Amino acid sequence: MKFGVIVFPGSNCDHDAYHVISKHVGQPVDFIWHRDTDLSSYDAVIIPGGFSYGDYLRAGALARFSPVMNSVKDFAARGRLVLGICNGFQILCEAGLLPGALIRNRDLHFICEHINIRVETTETAFTNRLRAGSVLSLPIAHAEGNYVCDDKTLEELQREDRIIFRYCDAGGETTGEANPNGSRDSIAGICNSARNVLGLMPHPERACEDLLGSADGSGVFSSLADTLAAQVSVY
Amino acid sequence: MKAKVYVTLKPSVLDPQGKAIQHSVELLGFNAIADVRQGKYFEIELDDKLNEQSARESAERMAREVLSNPVIEDYRVEIE
Repeated sequence: MKFGVIVFPGSNCDHDAYHVISKHVGQPVDFIWHRDTDLSSYDAVIIPGGFSYGDYLRAGALARFSPVMNSVKDFAARGRLVLGICNGFQILCEAGLLPGALIRNRDLHFICEHINIRVETTETAFTNRLRAGSVLSLPIAHAEGNYVCDDKTLEELQREDRIIFRYCDAGGETTGEANPNGSRDSIAGICNSARNVLGLMPHPERACEDLLGSADGSGVFSSLADTLAAQVSVY
Repeated sequence: MKAKVYVTLKPSVLDPQGKAIQHSVELLGFNAIADVRQGKYFEIELDDKLNEQSARESAERMAREVLSNPVIEDYRVEIE
């Protein structure tokens, strides 16, 4: 199994993702420069956090036009796994790989703090080692994390069990106060209808070591690795 | 030839920046304000050899595919 971490000009969580895959998951991982287009040797690709293209125009809007993104679309269409974290989530929405959009936080501020999210479903390659209803403490660091979509999209996401994480309080309740950025229906992460592309605003890759305040993010990566290991053994 | 593109949030999308601006303007003493919406404005210099229709078509495509995000924004194009 091999992972790729895409690097855009302005990505800044690429090394965190690389560190987690190489040191915690213990699998081979490459950085993929955004001008590269060959993803054929990878089983999963991570689009990391940061400020691709300085967030010019809209967060994630310009990264969508980088050459690698056409390859990511093909990669996703072939059922390979794509994980977009923070700016990566914004890019996936702008690229049309995930529905909806991420707009300015309700209270306008850049928010950098640990929040709680609830695991809504284990029916994805990214959450199958987690427990539904469990609460993860993860950091967020964003100014544009306020998830919006139209009523039809929201209904579809709910009906198809595609809301993967919701902001909640420490007890697992989704309250207005526990929703840091005003996201619709407290959405912190969603997947596509094929369930192989996941985007979330919190940073699981920054929370894989107790030393960093939380190791709750590691379940996302162990789920990913176990899914791939099972696939590899089928081949 | 110049294309002017105005990008605004759809009426259904909340605009927290517009709300904050409204609040600041009200602090200045302007109270007869029902709403403030913030948007983006682009000026695009096009080749003068283009006729107005193809200039409009180019600008519309740029507005639709790059300058706006159709999930949350509307756009309007003017050619002059």
